[in-house]
Amino acid sequence: MSIFAEVHDDYLDQILARYDHSPFNLLQILREVQEHSGHINTEAVNYLSTRLHIPRVRIEGVATFYSFLHLQPHGEYRVLFSDNITDRMQGSQALMEKMCQQLWLQPGKVSEDGLVSINTTSCTGMCDQGPAMLVNGRAITRLTHQRVQEIGSLIRNRTLLSDWPADFFRVEDNIHRSGPLLDNTIAPGDVLRTALALGGKDIVEAVKNSGLRGRGGAGFPTGLKWEACCNAPGEARHVVCNADEGEPGTFKDRVILTRQADLVFEGMTLCALAVGAQHGYLYLRGEYRYLLEPLQAVLQRRRDNNLLGKNILCQPGFDFDIVIHLGAGAYICGEESALIESLEGKRGVPRNRPPFPVTHGYKQQPTAVDNVETFCSAALVMQMGAEKYRAIGTSKSSGTKLISVSGDCPRPGIYEYPFGVSVRQVLQDCGAVNTRAVQVSGPSGVCVAESEFDRKLGFEDLPTAGAFMVFDDSRDLFEVARNFVHFFAHESCGFCTPCRVGTSMLKSTMDKIAAGLGTKYDLREIERLDHVLQTSSHCGLGRTACNPVLHTLKHFRPAYENRLKLLEFKPAFDLDGALARARQMTGRDDAGAHLKTEGV
Amino acid sequence: MSDTFQLDGAAVPFEAGQTVMQAALAAGHYIPHLCYHPEFKPHGSCKLCTVKVNGRTAASCTMPAEAGLNVESDIEEMNSLRRTLVQMLFAEGNHFCPSCEKSGNCMLQALGYDLEVRTAGFRHMYPDRPLDASHPDILLDFNRCILCELCVRASSEVDGKNVFGLSGRGITKQLIVNAASGLLKDTDIALKDKAMQVCPVGVILPKRVGFSIPIGKRRYDQRPISAQALDDAPRQADASGSCDVCEGTP
Repeated sequence: MSIFAEVHDDYLDQILARYDHSPFNLLQILREVQEHSGHINTEAVNYLSTRLHIPRVRIEGVATFYSFLHLQPHGEYRVLFSDNITDRMQGSQALMEKMCQQLWLQPGKVSEDGLVSINTTSCTGMCDQGPAMLVNGRAITRLTHQRVQEIGSLIRNRTLLSDWPADFFRVEDNIHRSGPLLDNTIAPGDVLRTALALGGKDIVEAVKNSGLRGRGGAGFPTGLKWEACCNAPGEARHVVCNADEGEPGTFKDRVILTRQADLVFEGMTLCALAVGAQHGYLYLRGEYRYLLEPLQAVLQRRRDNNLLGKNILCQPGFDFDIVIHLGAGAYICGEESALIESLEGKRGVPRNRPPFPVTHGYKQQPTAVDNVETFCSAALVMQMGAEKYRAIGTSKSSGTKLISVSGDCPRPGIYEYPFGVSVRQVLQDCGAVNTRAVQVSGPSGVCVAESEFDRKLGFEDLPTAGAFMVFDDSRDLFEVARNFVHFFAHESCGFCTPCRVGTSMLKSTMDKIAAGLGTKYDLREIERLDHVLQTSSHCGLGRTACNPVLHTLKHFRPAYENRLKLLEFKPAFDLDGALARARQMTGRDDAGAHLKTEGV
Repeated sequence: MSDTFQLDGAAVPFEAGQTVMQAALAAGHYIPHLCYHPEFKPHGSCKLCTVKVNGRTAASCTMPAEAGLNVESDIEEMNSLRRTLVQMLFAEGNHFCPSCEKSGNCMLQALGYDLEVRTAGFRHMYPDRPLDASHPDILLDFNRCILCELCVRASSEVDGKNVFGLSGRGITKQLIVNAASGLLKDTDIALKDKAMQVCPVGVILPKRVGFSIPIGKRRYDQRPISAQALDDAPRQADASGSCDVCEGTP
């Protein structure tokens, strides 16, 4: 071991000490190594393997699972353009192309001097102020040609990120309509005082009576979840807040964590009191790295005010504290069992269920996993009373819902509505005109066409995790679906055959159609893949991965058919295309470097 | 008297804690599978064993058995799904049965025949997956890997070695070995390891024994894989840990 100590400065030991030398914290350890060195080198992997007593193959497995971690040098500046369809609609692709030209490099490659790499990443949750990017994990919003050029210069001059103009990193809240959640002014601790007067069983009863359902999209009754967690036998219990807001087009948790962090932590502590948990975790998506320090400051203030820690509010035995775990670029970790695997320092692969997290969650102990907004709503229930809360919204969807509006409208941002609001109403409020379609609840949700704009957001009709992407009549819905299909292929964890292979095949078939090589055969192949994905995938990602295609085929079939050749079948292989690499290597693009026959 | 569920019209008894697959195999009923192995905890990744349970699809290897379930397995809808999954696995890797030394002992090939997969079905992806021939006694041909993780599980749970692991995700997910060099020769794998015996396809191969049993006289050359359910089932009952009917061990 001494041999390592000589080679390394002691940064690894410091990081290991911060995380108790626990393999459960492997993802956090790797993330910090990456932040320190820009990548995780072989020596670091060897050293961590020795000190954590885990095989290096496991460390490599974790490091390569998450998009933001690298085992190879990836440039002093790692630039990632957010690649959601809304970023594209705001011109992100042209900006990225320009930046690549400016810095003389190709997407995905590191510049020869090791200075910079440029690539795309899944939606960074800045759709209301895009196009957006991440530079070394820090979010930059409102990109323009000028801003991108300035960034290129700053990189070329090796200006430290901390010296870049603060305005680049400014993230707006853009709240256009607020309600009980965003207007909340409850003093920190008041909800807990009310709850302490009630006691564990009555808290669960109140949450059950309020009709509160999970805000992450699935809509499981929160009170039932808490009750099951409370009743499950276990040495310890855990409360996990799912802030891995990865669904493209969703950014309401970002705003809640910025504006109402105390209410989130209050809700988590309330849940801890209800289920008898001692340990809390906020799983914050890596894209929101900039929120880490402000959130930690809120947690510290709550500790100082006896709202976290031992004997909370002088109640003997009411012990609870919260740590923040950062994700590292993996949409699948928004699935609750994958999130728990990730919390345990593993690859974020969804577990087989049953058993469910409420009985066998973090460290196989009872765990209540809820969305950021759910915890806030539970705190509001406690403060307002179940009856009053239930009076908001509809009979099966009580309370309010935060909607993240983006796309073709003059007022993108956050809108808090009572459940039951119609798509048309939201469109009117955000000023959208000539709307062709709305993608409700992101790529895994539903594409709603004009004929359905009177449908209502709520568990009865259109359940939503909050995304609301607007497309006007200038947009090509085929390209929207193709973007979403690429997203799912990129984010598939690769565990099960149908999703690992199916999303990838769906992607290449959509690309084939986009390239003008599609035929009726390819539409049939899409239908076949959709069926396999829906019926046999391991988790929701695979089962919903075909939704964008199914829904756009249903409403906008001409967008596909107009692209198809009139042939029964045409192969994707293109002889002339196969020569592209040779043309690139020889620098030729004259007629003699092309084949005359088209396809074969 | 134990509880039973219905599998394709037959009553299948089960014990508490068994999954549908475990109970079915123990009772001599075959459900197609690849990543499931009676000696290991069910994994549920290949999805070949998908069945209809009370009208909804589920992987039978991980689905807990319950009294009164109506399980449909040998129906055209499920067999059609399985054919597609087999086609997807063939398309994902590089499988050239005529030149593969595992031919006849390969579960993927055997399932292909048994399920009557007659066409490629999909464009093949032709991934670039270099061999690892670094080890003096063992060859790794990643071209055939179907990512069932049986070797990962066997090496970790039985051999206590962690020779194998996974890297990447999605379609870039791949099998890797536990060495800084990335080469098998720098791991502590041994020929007698359990991990050597469990590969259902032809990734992990002992060198110099390839054709000691000629093609034509191998396990699935004799009888189709579906007819060997009863041969497989006793593996679970064999407490000695020996595994002489495992795929690939002559």
